[in-house]
Amino acid sequence: MLALRERSAHAGRIDGGRRMTSAAGLAPPEAAGRPPHDILLEARGIRTYFPVREGLLRRTVGHVQAVDGVDLRIGRGETLGLVGESGCGKSTLGRTLIRLIEPTEGEIEFDGTDLMALSRRRLKATRREMQIIFQDSVGSLDPRMRVKDIVGEGLAVHGTPRRERAERVAAVLDQVGLGAETLRRFPHQFSGGQRQRIGIARALVLQPKLIVADEPVSALDVSIQSQVLNLLVELKRAFGLTYLFVAHDLAVVGYIADRVAVMYLGKIVELASSSDLFARPLHPYTMALLSAIPTPDPTRVRSRITLRGDVPSPVDPPSGCRFRTRCPIAAAICSELEPPLQSHGGSHVAACHFAGTPIASGAESRAGS
Amino acid sequence: MSEPLLRVENLRTWFGSDAGPIRAVDGVDFELREGRTLGVVGESGSGKSVTALSVMGLIERPGEIREGSRILFEDRDLVRLEEREMERIRGNEISMIFQEPMSSLNPVYAVGEQIAEAVRTHRDVSRREAAERAVEMLELVGISEPRRRSGDYPHQLSGGMRQRVMIAMALSCDPKLIIADEPTTALDVTIQAQILDLLIGLRERLGMSILLITHDLGVVAEMCDEVVVMYAGRVVERGGVREVFASPQHPYTEALLQSIPVLGMTQSAPLRVIRGTVPSPLDWPEGCRFAPRCDYAFERCSEQPPLFASGGGEAACWLCESGRRTLAGSTAAGV
Repeated sequence: MLALRERSAHAGRIDGGRRMTSAAGLAPPEAAGRPPHDILLEARGIRTYFPVREGLLRRTVGHVQAVDGVDLRIGRGETLGLVGESGCGKSTLGRTLIRLIEPTEGEIEFDGTDLMALSRRRLKATRREMQIIFQDSVGSLDPRMRVKDIVGEGLAVHGTPRRERAERVAAVLDQVGLGAETLRRFPHQFSGGQRQRIGIARALVLQPKLIVADEPVSALDVSIQSQVLNLLVELKRAFGLTYLFVAHDLAVVGYIADRVAVMYLGKIVELASSSDLFARPLHPYTMALLSAIPTPDPTRVRSRITLRGDVPSPVDPPSGCRFRTRCPIAAAICSELEPPLQSHGGSHVAACHFAGTPIASGAESRAGS
Repeated sequence: MSEPLLRVENLRTWFGSDAGPIRAVDGVDFELREGRTLGVVGESGSGKSVTALSVMGLIERPGEIREGSRILFEDRDLVRLEEREMERIRGNEISMIFQEPMSSLNPVYAVGEQIAEAVRTHRDVSRREAAERAVEMLELVGISEPRRRSGDYPHQLSGGMRQRVMIAMALSCDPKLIIADEPTTALDVTIQAQILDLLIGLRERLGMSILLITHDLGVVAEMCDEVVVMYAGRVVERGGVREVFASPQHPYTEALLQSIPVLGMTQSAPLRVIRGTVPSPLDWPEGCRFAPRCDYAFERCSEQPPLFASGGGEAACWLCESGRRTLAGSTAAGV
């Protein structure tokens, strides 16, 4: 494959809602849900712990096990969704995979390169191929910098000459639906949706192979959210991008992702194609999560699996299966033996001793044997 | 049909600013009948929260409820009440649940004490009776070991627990009306489900009326009997939840419903997009305020449409003038 793909040359202006015409011929998306054969990123045994310090001497009294043993593959051209509730470790995992956060343990291979073996300098060079879009478009854009400098900063860091920089910044702004008149403006002069477009332009300008999108639409109003989602879909098609899409909103993730991984307390509990996951959830946590989402359909008969209690602390997670303390079908074995991620037909994997057991709505009692 | 418990008429709440008046709420009408749940839904800047604060009498300078606005609660016009009279109603007959319980709870008092104080503000009871009532309320909202938990401080509780405490406090004086402003927005989805179940259960048991402010159409569908859709400080549509969701009359409601991804949707159909951005309350568009973003806008839209009875509810759109949503006058750039 060519080191530098021809991209921006003939890409038309992309605006959420409008169809791209020049997308053909570029990296066809993976057949949805299939386990990827052309792997862009592979992670093995990832653990990311943060020390908990206490007292005058700031002694380490424990560790937040934010990510605790994750294996993951992302195929070239695919969108992998990562969902879970706050504190499940999804954002930490997303950042760890591109070494924005150093893992405590584990191996990461990105496009044939061992990321963990890279020196700081080499990592910086590689990083232009792995970009991130943040949720908080206010906090992640320097308020004193003009749009052209924000978007062009990455190019400057990587030594792109000024002249070329200006051209590429203008082109990429056009691609995300912002006009040339925005070049000299400051972030505060934009609405939330437009600021998110600036964040996307900043990531895109370096022509990355992988974009980690960390809750990119959760701060946006509904009418703006769909603009940005459509834009992300179209950019992916146009440039053959690969996304790791991190979000708490299952409906959004289901819409945008080919495959979805569900996280709970630092571990992946289920992973399947979007359609499989929603049609046939196997892990009780996934079932509960799906049933908890309020649906904009007043005629739907609610059959909700209500989980009791809160997510336990990641400093001292439960023994065995971490979900057992809230699980409606937990049995004795669940506290003793941690269930491994196992295949339940094709690429559908789940980590549960009783995977696929139907759960009665409203069930809060213990069942199982 | 029961009498309205709350009737809001031509509510206009403006805020003074150097750049001119910010017309946050600019002519809002709706009513809430006893025992019903009314959802007020809109995006940020639609004026939904300011509407809630206006009903609670919590608008402070530079904000002002304008002449001609009426908020009728039972038969009193809350706009005309003295602050002292309003204090007797607030937290007693009408109480409020906020989005972020951490900022509404006092960090230095135990939660039981805070509920007891709310009770003693409005009821002539002893300290001990108030403390008992607090424990009772904590039990009512599903907090286990309520007696022990009443001694906990807010920071010792999880987000879901704090929201339960807020609800306990709001219910402690048996209010007739609860105003819930985004009560589950800050919560995770499984905790949100717990709180929605709790509110639904309490409503059945206690028979209170709820005014629910939210941006989440899913929450409206699950919780509400009726819905008011706000856009740019005004009501664009109102009606029964089933009718409005099944057959939205206003183009804004329609676009909003089609722009949210629902479970099971795939990219084979791109999401509906509402182009542009929400206008600024300093400078609302003339005529129909949604017109600049509307796919169906035509000449008539330069004039503000009134609410027309349409499709079982009401919609402020010229396409509904005949009593039924039409596509006439459409300049829609169809797909």
